[in-house]
Amino acid sequence: MNTSVGSWGDSVVGTGALVRVILRRDRWLLLAWIVLLAGYPILGVQNASPGYVGLAESPGMLMLHGPLYAENRGALATWSSDDLLWMYGLVSLLIVIRHTRADEEAGRRDLLGATMAGRHAGLAAALAVTWAGNLVLALVTAGGEVAQGLPAAGSLAAGLKLAAVGCTFAAVGAVVAQLTESAAAARGIGGAVLGAAFVLRAASDATGAVDGGPWLSWLSPLGLANEIRPFATERWWLLALFAVLVVALTAAAVALSARRDVGAGLVRPGLGPARATPGLRGPLALAWRLHWGPLLGWVVGLAVIAGVFAGAAESAGEVFADSEQLRSMFERLGGRAGASDVFLAGTFSILGIIAAGYAVQAGLRLRTEEEQFRAEPVLATATARLRWIASHLAFSLLGPAAALAAAGLVSGLVYGITVDDVGGQIPRLLGAAMVQLIGVWVLTGIVAALFGLVPRLAPAAWAAWVAFLVLLLLDAFDQVGQTLLDLSPFTHLPKLPGGHLDPTPLGWVLGTAVALVIVGLLGFRRRDVGRT
Amino acid sequence: MTSTTAEAVIAVAGLRKSFGPTRALDSLDLSVGAGEVHGFLGPNGAGKTTMIRILLGLMRADGGSARLLGRDPWRDATQLHRQIAYVPGDVALWPSLTGGEVIDLLGRMRGGLDGKRRDELLERFDLDPRKKGRAYSKGNRQKVPLVAALASDAELLLLDEPTSGLDPLMEAEFRQVIAEDQQERGRTVLLSSHILNEVEALCDRVTIIRAGRAVETGTLAQLRHLTRTSVSVELTGSTQELGGLGGVQDLQVDGTRVRFGVDSAGLPGVLSFLGAAGVHSVVCQPPTLEELFLRHYETQPSLAEPGPGGTR
Repeated sequence: MNTSVGSWGDSVVGTGALVRVILRRDRWLLLAWIVLLAGYPILGVQNASPGYVGLAESPGMLMLHGPLYAENRGALATWSSDDLLWMYGLVSLLIVIRHTRADEEAGRRDLLGATMAGRHAGLAAALAVTWAGNLVLALVTAGGEVAQGLPAAGSLAAGLKLAAVGCTFAAVGAVVAQLTESAAAARGIGGAVLGAAFVLRAASDATGAVDGGPWLSWLSPLGLANEIRPFATERWWLLALFAVLVVALTAAAVALSARRDVGAGLVRPGLGPARATPGLRGPLALAWRLHWGPLLGWVVGLAVIAGVFAGAAESAGEVFADSEQLRSMFERLGGRAGASDVFLAGTFSILGIIAAGYAVQAGLRLRTEEEQFRAEPVLATATARLRWIASHLAFSLLGPAAALAAAGLVSGLVYGITVDDVGGQIPRLLGAAMVQLIGVWVLTGIVAALFGLVPRLAPAAWAAWVAFLVLLLLDAFDQVGQTLLDLSPFTHLPKLPGGHLDPTPLGWVLGTAVALVIVGLLGFRRRDVGRT
Repeated sequence: MTSTTAEAVIAVAGLRKSFGPTRALDSLDLSVGAGEVHGFLGPNGAGKTTMIRILLGLMRADGGSARLLGRDPWRDATQLHRQIAYVPGDVALWPSLTGGEVIDLLGRMRGGLDGKRRDELLERFDLDPRKKGRAYSKGNRQKVPLVAALASDAELLLLDEPTSGLDPLMEAEFRQVIAEDQQERGRTVLLSSHILNEVEALCDRVTIIRAGRAVETGTLAQLRHLTRTSVSVELTGSTQELGGLGGVQDLQVDGTRVRFGVDSAGLPGVLSFLGAAGVHSVVCQPPTLEELFLRHYETQPSLAEPGPGGTR
């Protein structure tokens, strides 16, 4: 442990060079981040409608979006895009961890540490890039909103509100990156902090609407950001409060970083078993050891989201009855049926795309294992190639099944309780959730095919996932033509519950998934392993 | 094992492999007999790892032929791997698994592990099997697949720079273990390395590879014929005529002290001259593999510098 680390100036020497390294490595990622996340609220302006006013009063919508502060176009637009406010925090959190703990875990920090970079230079560079990106995002958002005729002050506040969330969780990322030796654990802890902030805000807003004054929400950075109230007599001073919060978190991260060794965390890993259990004897058992932690997180996460949405379903259904426009928006997501069913079906299409995120993540484990030379020793044993690739694809195929089943069960239980029909709703909503699996498997297929044929491009499966997500969101706003929508497997799934189940398109989607997986398996059997 | 003793355990002829414009293997020949410890010597980037990956069926050759234990390493990979143990040059462990778990897992996936031998090797290599993958230093990480390979009953060991990262003490232990293993089990070992005295200490035969081509192969004795002995003498008589003798090179005279190199053909002449001239002391050194190596790479000396890390 080294606590005397020289002057502050020395410790950040080389930050500029590291900033350039990050910009070089992540230029496309950063660009996509800013374009997509600035585009979302800008798009929201076009769709802002007075119909939101009634909707915003329902507890379910309050949980998802937070409160609506005024009835002008700007405030309505801001409210409509507040459902993804947490996403701005998540992206910043992940970027900071990627360039601090993940680098350190991969040993790249040692390389840099041996050059002239100071002790805190890596941390400083990651934060500088993320903060600057957030400010650019804020300005692009503000500019886009002004361009659509919204007041300049409100637009700026709306942009800075997003940046405030982003910068805060960037600093949270800086803190959690100091705690553990593994980047995955740091992401888990950071995600839990963000989840807690969301739950705190959601619970406070949903109940505060009844009790008067959602003060608990102020304890969550997400709730605090909403209180900036763009387009509703902006409270600029809250930005100063965010600045203080960011500085305090950053100071904590620096203090933690100064008292630990490079590569080490504050939490020291203990010793494990000297011998493998008798069960640890093949590639599938190994894959289970590698996958079960993240899988558990996804299953629980999906179940919680499903429970929250299902709890809001009935009240949302009541509001739909009054608003023709909202009803049509959710119908495009969830199909034509009873109002609550429409809401639930929309929920399941969102849960489907989230589960598909796990499918991509689990499938790409194949590529990580190969790239980091961990596939080679396994394939040099009597393990056949097909058995090895199947051991990881099994998680990409069946992991989402487990997550969607949990989501279906929990939503059936919660919604069943609200409508007093648990026995009837559980099988109905379970079935509705499981239908999404067919679409999810297409993403498993895309990962498998890319990995088998052009492994270097395997991470491009994330691009397909983002494209499907964007198509889903745009579809809700009726923004794109059918030809484009047809590219997404999720477009072809029946809108359940309530919708009509047509087996033909379902069969095509399933066939596509199966074909892609087979292409991947055959491709992998033929190609070189290791150097690709 | 009985069926394969007659023919070479590893028979590689004219093996070619390119990665895009880079030619990694350029008509490589290699032959390793049963029970032999064969050194596979070359600088980083010479193609050692690529050839081992082809022998393991992880990569497919563009041309030429490779036979392992009489079989095709690409087509019969899975069956062959029951008879082979492999230690990669780039050892990466799973961060959440302990070293002991990895050793057992690799052993079981290969088809069995000698538990007693495993424990004995752990002790000799001073490796704590309870540590998690990410907690090992580079050297200790390297020991994990080494123990798994040596505790297996494989008849062929493919070791790709197995001692990179080991400290000198452990390197010595490694040599000892390989030598004993060789006496007790008589397995065939292919040992790739850029560490010359390691190969010198362990190997019966050596193949030197450069830019994807075998430039020299043979027993150490055969290869020594290609180089010269360095001689350092203190003469009582005159040094005058020494420079005129056939085969003497790089003559350095410092008073009565003389250093020079002499090739094998010139050795008898030099010895009879020294006997006649009278000597106080004489030191003759056989050529080290360093010299052999430098001779083959003298056009590109920078390549021969052993670097840290593995080859890719």
